[in-house]
Amino acid sequence: MSGIGRRAVLAGLAATALPRPALAQGARGRVAVIGGGFGGATAARVLHRAGLDVTLVEPAETYWACPFSNEVIAGLRPMSAQAFGYEGLRASGVTIARTSAEAVDGAARQVRLADGRTLDYDRLILSPGIALRFDALPGYDAAAAETMPHAWKAGAQTELLAQKLAALPEGGTVVLSVPGNPYRCPPGPYERASLIAYYLKAHKPRAKLIVLDAKDTFSKQKLFEQAWKALYPGLLEYVPLAAGGQVTAVDPAAMTVATDFETYKADLACIIPPQRAAPIATQAGVADRSGWCPIDPVTFESRLVPRIHVIGDAAIAGAMPKSAFAANAQGKVCAEAVTDLLAGRTPAAPKLINTCYSLVAPGYGISVAGVYHPDKGVLADVEGAGGTSPVDAPDTVRQQEATYAEDWYRTITSAVFG
Amino acid sequence: MLASPVAAAAPPGASSCSGCHGAPGGAVPSLIGHSAEDIAASLSAFRSGARPATVMNRIAKGFSESESRAIADYLAGGGQ
Ligand SMILES: Cc1cc2nc3c(=O)[nH]c(=O)nc-3n(C[C@H](O)[C@H](O)[C@H](O)COP(=O)(O)OP(=O)(O)OC[C@H]3O[C@@H](n4cnc5c(N)ncnc54)[C@H](O)[C@@H]3O)c2cc1C
Repeated sequence: MSGIGRRAVLAGLAATALPRPALAQGARGRVAVIGGGFGGATAARVLHRAGLDVTLVEPAETYWACPFSNEVIAGLRPMSAQAFGYEGLRASGVTIARTSAEAVDGAARQVRLADGRTLDYDRLILSPGIALRFDALPGYDAAAAETMPHAWKAGAQTELLAQKLAALPEGGTVVLSVPGNPYRCPPGPYERASLIAYYLKAHKPRAKLIVLDAKDTFSKQKLFEQAWKALYPGLLEYVPLAAGGQVTAVDPAAMTVATDFETYKADLACIIPPQRAAPIATQAGVADRSGWCPIDPVTFESRLVPRIHVIGDAAIAGAMPKSAFAANAQGKVCAEAVTDLLAGRTPAAPKLINTCYSLVAPGYGISVAGVYHPDKGVLADVEGAGGTSPVDAPDTVRQQEATYAEDWYRTITSAVFG
Repeated sequence: MLASPVAAAAPPGASSCSGCHGAPGGAVPSLIGHSAEDIAASLSAFRSGARPATVMNRIAKGFSESESRAIADYLAGGGQ
């Protein structure tokens, strides 16, 4: 199977000359998947299991996972706990093209790869994640991110922020800036604020954290605010949009972060800038003017280019948040829909689930969950389901949710990469 | 190498379950080896609130009795 997949990748070789394996469920066709993160690696695995000829395009040999990377920043776990390889996927028979996709030609149904090969497809699944918008916040570009890390893609940036936090002077000021919606991991900035505060309380109790937010409301807000009041009083100052929290410019040389009302001098600034779908989505023509990709809620097929499906953070998935759990759930549903479509069947309307945990301190977890279905052309909340952990819950519940968070991470990473 | 046999298509919602429910031994119970009756009864109890939970009470409310039953059959049949 992998030999055929590899040969099919090579431009100029006639795939028809090769023996074809029997395909399950009568589905035939070549599927290309771009991006080996939570969404793409999942989709590739499910498609392969369904007997389809699938090639996963991913340049990195190591995938650095974002979930639990805030714990790395706070010194609560090693960076090595975020590293996953592709041996498991390879061993299960998925063909991996270890290179990046440079261009997609939706009319010719072809992907041009950075290593010079081309990949023909009958269906293409894009799960390329996000791009940080280095054009959206004056003063903040790729160079500024070396001084004021975003750490919103895990890897070197995560380690950089962790090092800078460890090197913070006693009594120093940390400024964390949070963008407007939509962005990767809605509760992520508040988990990060919580765990930076935890680190400061334990190691630099005279330091201060100022959170500048371009919004007035956010995910799990009541739970975070309750925890901050109890755990980090006087240490964590939250400034919402209404109080002038929107960051309008940064100056990495002066280490200042400006809003319309005030300029904050920081010893450490973590700037999470506005985001959009990764560049390949724009290049393929599947991103709209918002920078994100509109999709059909049953099949995840692009509204803009037929036979290209978009899942994960890059997609506009209606009420579903941009989370690893969501990308994984979407990867499965999309792969099943693609299998159906290639077999000439009409995919049934799906339901999807999301559960996102956040740690506000070790042993203190909170969560939000949702159930989603296609409704009026978008993915909408199933009414009456979902919601956050109770506001007034005993410590045992917080402890249990922290345990479940760890367990979720173990389960999902081994399902996707193991 | 031939692909492994494919299970019946997952009913709505079923494929999301393995996001949390993995191999035995974790804090979140594995669903491997549970009967369809067992899983359906648990979902029903979560939905009504009869069985206390942190997360499953919120999720089970998104599924009708018949949807829960279909999910239970699928999972008990080895679907993932
Ligand atoms: C601090 C933080 C904490 C988080 N915590 C959680 C959490 O607790 N729970 C949760 O569910 N989610 C969490 N998330 C969100 C989660 O990380 C993302 O939602 C998830 O990674 C999205 O998956 P994806 O497949 O869309 O993209 P990604 O996982 O980013 O994968 C995209 C892949 O595509 C590849 N790629 C991009 N362009 C190309 C190209 N042209 N050719 C080939 N390959 C390409 C990249 O190399 C990458 O491997 C967190 C995020 C952050 C930042």
